[in-house]
Amino acid sequence: MFNKDSLKIDSKKVTEYLCQNILTQIRNKLKKGGAVVGISGGIDSSVVAALCARALGPKRVLGVMMPEKDSSPDSKLLALELADKFGFEAIEESIYGGLSGLGCYEKRDEAIKSVFPEYDSSWKSKITIPTNILEKDSFNFFTLSIENEKGESKTKRLPLKAYLQIVASTNLKQRLRMTTLYYQAEKRNWAVAGTGNKDEHMQGFFVKYGDGGADLKPIAHLYKVQVFQLAEYLGVPQKIIERTPTTDTYSAEVTQEEFFFGLDFYHMDMLWYAMEHDVPPEEAAKVLDLTKEQVERGYVNIQRKIVATEYLRMAPLEIE
Amino acid sequence: MEKDNLRKEIKDFIIETFLFGDESESLQDSDSFMQTGIIDSTGILEVTGFIEEKYNITIENEEMTPNNLDSVENIVNFIVRKTNG
Repeated sequence: MFNKDSLKIDSKKVTEYLCQNILTQIRNKLKKGGAVVGISGGIDSSVVAALCARALGPKRVLGVMMPEKDSSPDSKLLALELADKFGFEAIEESIYGGLSGLGCYEKRDEAIKSVFPEYDSSWKSKITIPTNILEKDSFNFFTLSIENEKGESKTKRLPLKAYLQIVASTNLKQRLRMTTLYYQAEKRNWAVAGTGNKDEHMQGFFVKYGDGGADLKPIAHLYKVQVFQLAEYLGVPQKIIERTPTTDTYSAEVTQEEFFFGLDFYHMDMLWYAMEHDVPPEEAAKVLDLTKEQVERGYVNIQRKIVATEYLRMAPLEIE
Repeated sequence: MEKDNLRKEIKDFIIETFLFGDESESLQDSDSFMQTGIIDSTGILEVTGFIEEKYNITIENEEMTPNNLDSVENIVNFIVRKTNG
C-alpha cells in the first residue's frame, strides 16, 4: 500500500547490511586493503565514507578532498569536520592545475562566450533545467545563466553546440577526480568507493568514467531521501545534512534540483517509487497532494531520463 | 509555407541526422520521436537548432513541448503556426 512512509527504512538494519557487503566486497571480492572516498562535504560522500569507516575501521579509509577553481570553500571545511567525526584520514589533492592544463576552464569559457560575448572570468555561470516539470509536459532543455559582481544576470537557452562543449569541458572535473582517487587507491592497493545514490545512478546524473568510475557503489540502490535517513542514523554532522545538495562544479551555485532533477527530492523519489511499484496515478496523487496529471508528468519525466541515459550505465559494447 | 515541402524537409533532416540516411527504417509522420527512441532530449536540441536556423524563427522556452516537437507532423504544424503568426 503506497503511503507517505513508503520510503522509510530501518536505518540500523540497512546500515548493518551495507557494512557487511562493503567488507565482503572489498576484502573478499576485490581483495583490497581499504577504501578511498572522494569527500565533497555533501551528504552522499559523507554517508559512504561513514559506512566505510564503520565497515572496515577508520584506519582503512582515506577521504580525498579535490578542490578546484569553482569549488565552494564550505566543501573543505565540512569534509574535514566529517573526517574528524568518523576518525579517518583526509587529504587534499587540488585538481586545479590539472584542469587548467587540460584547458577545462578555457574551453568552457569559450562556449559560454559564444552565447554571451560579454562574458569573462569575472562573471559566474551555471546551467539549469526547468523546475516546473509537473506543471507542463516539456522537454528538458538547458538554460545558461551568468551573473557579475554587480548582481547583473543574463539567461538564455543553450544551443546544442555550446551545451555540448560546456558539458564536455566541465566533465573533465569529474574525470580528473576519478583519476586522482585511483592514484591514491592504487598506491595503497585499496579500492575506490563510489558515492552515487539511486537518483543519480538511474537517472544518469553522473559522468561516465568520472564519478561513475569506482570499484563499488554502496548506495547506488538507495533513494536520496533514504540516504538522508542513513545520514541521521550514522551521525553525519548536521551542517552536512542541512546543506543544499549542489553540483559543486559551476562557479555560480546551482542546486541539483535546478541542474538536473527539476523536482524536489521528496516528490521525485515518491513518484519514482510509485511508478516502479505500478501505483495508479490517481492513488499516488492522493498521497502526494498532487493532481493525476502532475503524477503522470512526473512518471514520464523520470522514465525519459532513465531511458535517455541508459548508455551511461552500459559497459563498453563488444562484438560477439 | 507549403506543408508537403515542409514535411519532406523535416523528414529528410531527421532521417539524415538520426538514422544516418537509412530510409529503410520506417518513420511515420506521426511517430513520437521519444517513444520510438529515435531522438533523445539532446537530439531535440539539434532539432530545435535546425528549425530556428532553417526557418528563421525563434522557439520560446515554453514552446519546447512534445506537442510542438515530438513528431514530424507536430513540427510541421508548429512551424506553420509560427510562420503564419
